[in-house]
Amino acid sequence: MSIERETPGTGREAVHEGGGHETVGNGEHVGGSESGRFRGSESGKLGMWLFISTEILLFGGLFLLYAMYRLKNPADFHAASLDLSRFAGTLNTCVLITSSLTVVLAVFSLQRDRAKDAVRYLAVSIALGFVFLVVKGFEWAAKFEHGLNPNASFLATQPKGVMLYFGLYFTMTGLHAVHVIVGMTILGIFLVRIRRGTITARNPTLLENAGLYWHLVDVIWIFLFPLFYLIS
Amino acid sequence: MGETVGTAEGYVPFYADKTKRPGILGWITSTDHKRIAMLYLVSVIAFFIGAVILGLLMRLNMLIPGHKIMTAQDYNAMFTVHGIIQIFLVVIPAVPTIFGNFFLPLLIGSKDMSFPRLNLFSWYLYIAGAIIAFIAVFSNGGAVDTGWTFYVPFSLKTSVNVPLATFAVFILGMSSILTGINIVTTVHQLRAPGMGFFRMPLSVWGFYATAWVQILATPIIGITMILVIMERLFGIGVFDPGKGGDPLLYQHLFWIYSHPAVYIMILPTMGVISDIFPVFSRKNIFGYKMIAFSSLAIASVGSLVWGHHMFVSGQSDLAGIIFSLLTFLVAVPSAIKVFNWLATMYKGSIQIEPPFLFALSFIFLFTIGGLTGLFLGALSANVQLHDTYFVVAHFHYIIFGGMGFGWFAAFHYWLPKMTGRMYDKKTAVVAWLVSFVGFNLFYFPLFVMGWEGMPRRYYDYPTRFNDLQTLATVGSVVLVIGIFLMIWNLARGSLKGEKAPANPWGGATLEWTLPSPPTSEDFEEIPTVTTGPYDFSHREKTE
Amino acid sequence: MSDETKRGESTVKSYIAVWAALLVLTAVTVTTASLDLGKIAIIVVLAIAAVKSTLVVLYFMHLRHEKRIVIKILIPIAIALLAIFIGLTYSDIMNR
Repeated sequence: MSIERETPGTGREAVHEGGGHETVGNGEHVGGSESGRFRGSESGKLGMWLFISTEILLFGGLFLLYAMYRLKNPADFHAASLDLSRFAGTLNTCVLITSSLTVVLAVFSLQRDRAKDAVRYLAVSIALGFVFLVVKGFEWAAKFEHGLNPNASFLATQPKGVMLYFGLYFTMTGLHAVHVIVGMTILGIFLVRIRRGTITARNPTLLENAGLYWHLVDVIWIFLFPLFYLIS
Repeated sequence: MGETVGTAEGYVPFYADKTKRPGILGWITSTDHKRIAMLYLVSVIAFFIGAVILGLLMRLNMLIPGHKIMTAQDYNAMFTVHGIIQIFLVVIPAVPTIFGNFFLPLLIGSKDMSFPRLNLFSWYLYIAGAIIAFIAVFSNGGAVDTGWTFYVPFSLKTSVNVPLATFAVFILGMSSILTGINIVTTVHQLRAPGMGFFRMPLSVWGFYATAWVQILATPIIGITMILVIMERLFGIGVFDPGKGGDPLLYQHLFWIYSHPAVYIMILPTMGVISDIFPVFSRKNIFGYKMIAFSSLAIASVGSLVWGHHMFVSGQSDLAGIIFSLLTFLVAVPSAIKVFNWLATMYKGSIQIEPPFLFALSFIFLFTIGGLTGLFLGALSANVQLHDTYFVVAHFHYIIFGGMGFGWFAAFHYWLPKMTGRMYDKKTAVVAWLVSFVGFNLFYFPLFVMGWEGMPRRYYDYPTRFNDLQTLATVGSVVLVIGIFLMIWNLARGSLKGEKAPANPWGGATLEWTLPSPPTSEDFEEIPTVTTGPYDFSHREKTE
Repeated sequence: MSDETKRGESTVKSYIAVWAALLVLTAVTVTTASLDLGKIAIIVVLAIAAVKSTLVVLYFMHLRHEKRIVIKILIPIAIALLAIFIGLTYSDIMNR
């Protein structure tokens, strides 16, 4: 027994004997002509979550290195962490958390067909991302001034644990900053597309997925913050 | 499983679709999963031929001790480039991108993959990665000489262009991840009505398990390659002992991906083999669920055994024991598959056709490769055998004898469906026999030499290995003749062969209900599935 | 319609509550780090980070309302796998 019915907007739902319950995107069934038509929101969401799990493991490799080197050099890591500004780190944490709130509110507004609010919230989120990068930039500049960047002659005189700490610090916060920049770019594209009306309450999935990416960037920072700034 | 679609009026094969752009543009801008599969087919085969020739040159170099056709440095570059091409450009993408792209939607009754444009983008990434790799090979400082593993500290010190080569690997990894995401999403979202998870053909299970490994393991090699680049460019120190780094952590990170990568190579092939045996035995597969679950078991346990590449690296005894134990565990699901394939043939009505012969030799070669893997997985034996020809023979039996011959089986099984033309079966059997004999003449002596202490990656050897080295070189020539005969036969068959019927082998899976080759739309109507994939009671060959 | 407005309001309220909780937890984690907790300090700050990220994932990323099992288990799988990778590497690095 197989029942099929057409549900406009959400794609075709097929309830079938062996396969249980699956939602199938309409547009995705036509290779090559999917543009402009509604894309299966369920597929997009699953794909995005799969991508997020790859990002977790990408940073995971760095967390693995961090764990091993910190376990081997606990005292050096503590000493090195005192060179970071806790104030700057805390400020940036609050900035990213707030930007996550504004992104989720942007998605919420778009789903309720309030495009103007969505655009406003996205603009705030991008601005907050920019603040984060500026604070980060000042922190990095200070480290360079103190000769704590990799290959600096002053760092070479420090204990090995300190060198590793700063090597990891620059790599991990640097990779994170790249993700912030990518996230801001994506949010910017969506801001424009919402203003142009190509993303509306009828197809919010793409913005939802962009939001997922931004939250992921936030979550990674939530771990980076205590691991680098709060070592006691 | 639906009705056989005949050659209806107005039938246009996908490659002759007039709605697509003409010429090569119609191929490189098309998001049709079948066209993307053909793009991959042509590019992968080209790289494969190139790497085979490099391998042959290395073998010729070993013909006579003391008489060399290349310098030691050239030899280092040869085995590095051979390894990089074969691993990253051929065996990892080969089956999921060619046969996965072409057949996964057909096997589950869908009209395309979930993300057609992402699919095309992953081919662009693949080509970009290949181009970057070739630039790295021919840029200043000479070809990369680190071996395909890029082990630190040598890869941090050598003058050749390691950053570019590792960047190429990073790009190829992204391509592989996108393919994996596409496959998992397609399997979850686009199965036809009635196609429950346990009605999926086992090849789909193979692609599905592989895709999970691609998604979850590949990011680790991505970050590792980035770290090598950062280390070279900025001296971050994480792998540099002078700065407190531990080079062994590089090996850990590298093998966390690169061991599961072996399963990315072999799992989809095992899936295809599981489809081939029931068809040519006219019998339902023995132990469907066990084969399906063993794919997942291999994918998960196989991700936890990477340390067996590092037994003599100086890793801790505890880690050695754990990794050795886990390594033996992977043998269990692999053996389950082998037993189930054999049991499928038992009392079946066997038809000797080229795909079946290749599948048979797959079992034989894979079993030898697998069992010698147990030698290497044992800690004490590994000390003797590490970095000898024994290892080279072992992984060539797995990757070439297993994955390679399974890949050839897939070609002989599915190419008539892809091109609509049948190759010459007699030539195919001759090519199979020649390459099978050549393969064993080539690689079996390597086991013996490795056992006797011949180290790998040396460009010369003492005269006492002369006989076996000569035998292996002769075998390699025979093998290459067999492979080229096969490729020539398949290519000629694809272009000029007889028209292939819709169902030349009498398969019961959905792709055989379509005309050969399928149209751009694949299914005119999404079929409703009512039987399992190996129910031959209502399915006959079409002539 | 008024029902939906109400539900919308409660959703917004929950977002703001989660945001406030995240800020409070940030304050808590900074405070505990300045106390001398010795060896358990790392466990405390990581536990707080785990709670914070769980809040983000459940409420901001809407995993709480997710019905599909494959999406629900993805993040736990990725984290468990990473934990195993770290554990097996640890068995080498700290036992030489």
